[in-house]
Amino acid sequence: MTWGLVFEQSLNGLQYGVMLFLMAAGLTLVFGIMNLVNLAHGSLYMMGAYFAVAATQWTGNYLAGVALGLVATLMVGMLVEVVALRTLYERDHLDQVLATFGLILFFNELVAILWGRAALYTSLPSWLQGHIDLFTGSRYPLYRAAVIVVGLVVAALLWYVVTRTRLGMLIRAGASNRTMVGALGVNIKLLYTIVFGAGAALAGLAGLMAGPIYSVQPGMGELILIQVFVVIVIGGIGSIRGALVGAVIVGVVDTLGRAFLKPLLGHVISPTAAESAGPALASMMIYLLMAVVLAVRPAGLFPARG
Amino acid sequence: MRKPLIFWGLLVVALVALPPLAAKLGQPFYIDLVRRIMILAIAAVSLNLILGYGGLVSFGHAAYLGVGAYAVGILGFYGISNGWVHLLVAVAVSALVAAAIGAVSIRTSGIYFIMITLAFTQMLYYLGISLAEFGGDDGMRLKAKSQFAGLVDLRDPVQFYYLALGVMLLFVYLTYRIVNSRFGMVLQASKSNEARSRAIGFSPYPYRLAAFVIAGAMCGVAGALYANHTNYITPGLMSWHQSGELMFMVILGGMATAAGPVLGTFALLLIEEVLKGWTQYWQVVLGPLLVLSVIFFKRGLAGLLQ
Repeated sequence: MTWGLVFEQSLNGLQYGVMLFLMAAGLTLVFGIMNLVNLAHGSLYMMGAYFAVAATQWTGNYLAGVALGLVATLMVGMLVEVVALRTLYERDHLDQVLATFGLILFFNELVAILWGRAALYTSLPSWLQGHIDLFTGSRYPLYRAAVIVVGLVVAALLWYVVTRTRLGMLIRAGASNRTMVGALGVNIKLLYTIVFGAGAALAGLAGLMAGPIYSVQPGMGELILIQVFVVIVIGGIGSIRGALVGAVIVGVVDTLGRAFLKPLLGHVISPTAAESAGPALASMMIYLLMAVVLAVRPAGLFPARG
Repeated sequence: MRKPLIFWGLLVVALVALPPLAAKLGQPFYIDLVRRIMILAIAAVSLNLILGYGGLVSFGHAAYLGVGAYAVGILGFYGISNGWVHLLVAVAVSALVAAAIGAVSIRTSGIYFIMITLAFTQMLYYLGISLAEFGGDDGMRLKAKSQFAGLVDLRDPVQFYYLALGVMLLFVYLTYRIVNSRFGMVLQASKSNEARSRAIGFSPYPYRLAAFVIAGAMCGVAGALYANHTNYITPGLMSWHQSGELMFMVILGGMATAAGPVLGTFALLLIEEVLKGWTQYWQVVLGPLLVLSVIFFKRGLAGLLQ
């Protein structure tokens, strides 16, 4: 275990964290403003990945595929909001969980009908392949580096929109008192649809960036969705800053745990015991982390105001 | 007052009459199907105690189904096939796990409670996947069914059927007695108005925790029976899909009613069975059906009885 490897795995953790953040930002905004628990957020991630693959094959151009994939996910998100979720804002969380669970079943099967149950693998355009040199003897895949950059740029953009623009002001106002915002003459329904669509597009972006790293298959959004819930619970539900911090913590802890827990445990207990305990502990780490955070700070690290 | 009794009378007569009828028609498949439904109904009845009467939206109830099943499987793996030991261990371990999960989770409320119960169940799910000795991801075959010497032989499908029916009715009755006891009154009171029940001197926490443990133990019995039913135990039994299905069984039937979870389990699993007969893409129909049922069918099937 060299420091170069640790550094590389930390970057992988950051890359995963950035993707978690793209998911978490939309989910936490939708929860903070509309008070909606949306399990189907993972389905939008999946739709983004599939749309991008299909559009890339159709146009023959990676960037065009990405753009079309984003637009398509945005449209699907808005459609779902208008058709199904709008009626759920006033319901309790139980109803929201159940209805969006039904949506997951629908989307998983829809994807299986359209593209089959087998995983799709995608290839990257040549300009995204290859490695970059970090320092002597250590290289990092260019594509993963690009994912980190895109994620951080989107995070900065999101910060700018939410804190510095009129739309962002409405979003923040909606989060603290939506009845009042409606009373002041803002078209709250339209605002909701826009926020939901934007959240869907962010999830789609995460999904289409995940495509070339992981596999594109039905149900691909579910594992990441549960981890995103851990992220927003750790960060504090409704807080974008919390989502960013939580995402990076969860991404790094999960990735480093998977990479190093087994060899580290091998030093402490017998290697054969570490062989089976390592992976088990590694996949439980983030849930343990969440339990600890909730025990110490029941409303997460950055509780949203209002 | 009369109507519920008539309902239960009819249901029991129908369920008792089913095996001879199915045998006469040469359709033993129905004995198998209804037995599976009744075993899962036991799990739904136990979830109803905390979800319906206690207002605790546990998104991780499948955990105890899995714990009960693995208790039987692991004991069988080590050559212990005494059914009473199986049941005792299944109940004890599920109660312990529920006590640990409940002790942390019940301190939180609302969306945090939903997420933390989900997260704990995910942990158990990953634990099941990483138990390579007990089949890991693929699951394990049950070496021999639980043995209740002289009393009931689970290898006989009809005897097992009547055992499942008996346990289901027993648990429905137990739940009925619990919710109508002083304990149950406090539990329901803290659901409908926590502040008031505090004001008259009840701290909800110990009551909720006790209900959570009772529900977990009851579900452990369902798990032990389920392992005997399928002869096969997989981590999938603890997946969040299973937890979601259990919640749907309770909601479809009607929360906080004695008949609800039983009716809901029959409804959900029979609909699934019919849809599976139509198309391999049955979930694309089931998903929207579930969404519609949440939006429009608020009181559940038991609501039609009243």
